[in-house]
Amino acid sequence: MWKWLNSYADPERSYNLAGKMLPWFACLAIALIGVGTTWGMLYAPMDYQQGDSFRIIYIHVPAASMSMAAYMGMATASFIGLVWQIKAADWAAASIAPIGAVITFIALFTGAAWGKPMWGTWWVWDARLTSELVLLFLYLGVIALYASFEDKVLAARAAGILAIVGVINIPIIKYSVEWWSSLHQPATIKITEKSTMTGDMLYPLLINIFGFGMMIGALTLVRFRAEVLARNGMRPWVRELAKAEAAK
Amino acid sequence: MNPRRKKRLTLAIALIVGVAGVASLLLYALNTNLNLFYTPYEIVHGKKDTGVKPDVGQRIRVGGMVTVGSMIRDPNSLHVEFAIHDSAGGEIIVTFDDLLPDLFREGQGIVAQGVLIESGKLEATEVLAKHDENYMPPEVAEAMGQTHQKLEYPEETKSEGYKYQ
Repeated sequence: MWKWLNSYADPERSYNLAGKMLPWFACLAIALIGVGTTWGMLYAPMDYQQGDSFRIIYIHVPAASMSMAAYMGMATASFIGLVWQIKAADWAAASIAPIGAVITFIALFTGAAWGKPMWGTWWVWDARLTSELVLLFLYLGVIALYASFEDKVLAARAAGILAIVGVINIPIIKYSVEWWSSLHQPATIKITEKSTMTGDMLYPLLINIFGFGMMIGALTLVRFRAEVLARNGMRPWVRELAKAEAAK
Repeated sequence: MNPRRKKRLTLAIALIVGVAGVASLLLYALNTNLNLFYTPYEIVHGKKDTGVKPDVGQRIRVGGMVTVGSMIRDPNSLHVEFAIHDSAGGEIIVTFDDLLPDLFREGQGIVAQGVLIESGKLEATEVLAKHDENYMPPEVAEAMGQTHQKLEYPEETKSEGYKYQ
């Protein structure tokens, strides 16, 4: 039943598929982030307590939730790469890691910039902030491990094990604000109950979250294609591609 | 599934389960230490599970709601004194000598860090405002009767303050 999926483990086919998907992801990302950010920054009402400062939520929350989603994506790819030894999955994991690291940094930075005027401090060592910082270090660890081996099969195995072990941090980040007392407030967007935010503030936020997801997808596809080429430089199809590119 | 894949799958799952087990035991053991702050109830009556009370002179963080109407402001300095409480019914007094954050209001959640100078009184060196997960436009908040008034300074206090400058 999974036979059809196996054919995409072939580098050339996955390279071409990624190329076909890229414009869709890129266009959706630009459209959604454009609409969500403009709506959130200019037209959404201001908050009753925080005034206009709350608008940083339209960057902070999408970045934070996507930093966790990207990690799950990376860990899943590593798991597939490790168990089924599909190289394309290893390359996918390696291409998500730096994007995840940057998006985590954005979440931490916008959080600090929001914390200073609202809470009165840039940083506090509460469970949510600390576990999100650990997520950044996990990403950096995966990047470093993948980069430090000459043999990329070995490198992907080492980085993959770290990525899989690090999955334990994701539920800790998610539930840190419920399990322990923290300065960070609990979740606003709830899946099972009504969100504690009015619709005209919530919709641009949801659009931006989705847009950030598409953006990470698009960036991953770009990096994945580059990674496939870098790992298959000696293959005839890559040489053909390079020749065709040079002839243009 | 061929036996080699099966072996790797078992190993990978064992790894995840093992790490999850270690992490949950670790977090369970550290549980109370991972809390950012004591609640006022815990300072008065001790922690629920261990009964440990913070000692006088200990440096701690306390989190709770500022009791409405408890705010006393010294007209000649930045010194303020207010009570914070929690839903369990504990209440302690906090004194502070510096600028309060913008979001500080009576009825607002705060986290204060400082030294417990006597049981039930905290001399804070840092007061942070904690905001909740509710976001709404001002009109909606008004309709729901949720507006926390911003701190109002009576006219005489203001002019008194200027005299001493």
